[in-house]
Amino acid sequence: MKEDKNPVCDAPNELIQKESFLSNIKYLIVGTLFGIVFVKAEIISWFRIQEMFRMQSFHMYGVIGTAVVVGMISLFIIKKFNITTLNGEEIVIAKKPFSKGVIYGGFMFGLGWAITGACPGPLFAQIGSGYLVVIVTFLSAMAGTWTYGLLQKSLPH
Amino acid sequence: MLEFIKQPWHWSIAGIFIGLTVPVLLIIGNKNFGISSSLRHLCAACIPANIPLFKYNWKNEMWNLFFVVGVLLGGFIGTFWLGNDAEIQIAQSTIDDLRVLGVSDFSNLMPADIFSFDNLFTLKGLFFFVIGGFLVGFGTRYAGGCTSGHSIMGLASLQWPSLVATIFFMLGGFAMTHFGLPLIFNLINK
Repeated sequence: MKEDKNPVCDAPNELIQKESFLSNIKYLIVGTLFGIVFVKAEIISWFRIQEMFRMQSFHMYGVIGTAVVVGMISLFIIKKFNITTLNGEEIVIAKKPFSKGVIYGGFMFGLGWAITGACPGPLFAQIGSGYLVVIVTFLSAMAGTWTYGLLQKSLPH
Repeated sequence: MLEFIKQPWHWSIAGIFIGLTVPVLLIIGNKNFGISSSLRHLCAACIPANIPLFKYNWKNEMWNLFFVVGVLLGGFIGTFWLGNDAEIQIAQSTIDDLRVLGVSDFSNLMPADIFSFDNLFTLKGLFFFVIGGFLVGFGTRYAGGCTSGHSIMGLASLQWPSLVATIFFMLGGFAMTHFGLPLIFNLINK
């Protein structure tokens, strides 16, 4: 396991070998399972997010806490036993760079999370669950990302 | 078996599945888990407008778009094929608090008095869809990740900037819930 100090984005593809368009189907399948979990554990619920920010239920803290611990143990095992990708490449973890944006942007996202009851993942699952009006929220999120791109140079980092 | 799956799932089951996404994506294709990147890839693919943030080989990151389409499909399957008719069990204290704010429908995952097309061109829609969504998209990109990229992938790989990000996600959420939402509901209920 090694670190990519200068990743192209925050969730980069670190595979060296080229993949065909269709081989991406496996990520679609993982995403589908992920979406099912989102719905069945009610993570996409606006009410669950409200419970979390009002500290009136342990549910969301339990979900995120368990996920972090399971992820941490998994990465420890990968490192310890030099586990590689299926095609034998060394596993690469992208570095998370620090800037003031982590603070300002993080706070802004938190504000939006409590209004919409969704982080980017649940937005997609909410639309799939039939809350079609969330398409508007999604388009507005895209506009937000685009506007950040436009203003990036003039914002404090 | 199917009846078993159809019940709402315990938080620990969900946590294990979500946590396992991290090694599964790495092992099947050396992909770092994170979802807000998809918004950036979509901007890069559709409206790059010569902005430096959107000038990169987004096609090499196509997996992320497949992943989020999967999340959408999973949302559909989880609701319409594996769903159950039971009402969501929300903490009574949360219900009481939200009733005070003016929320009255607690039967579904989302409050029908907010998340409906009837509210699209109202003040409610402006806050809950347009401004809320904008903050999510702008904030996650400014912070370099969201709950998945920072709070799960970043914390699991012991990176301190992700801890800072997670703390500020929570602070923003607390601030909006306890100070912002009362003001917003006051405005839209007038």
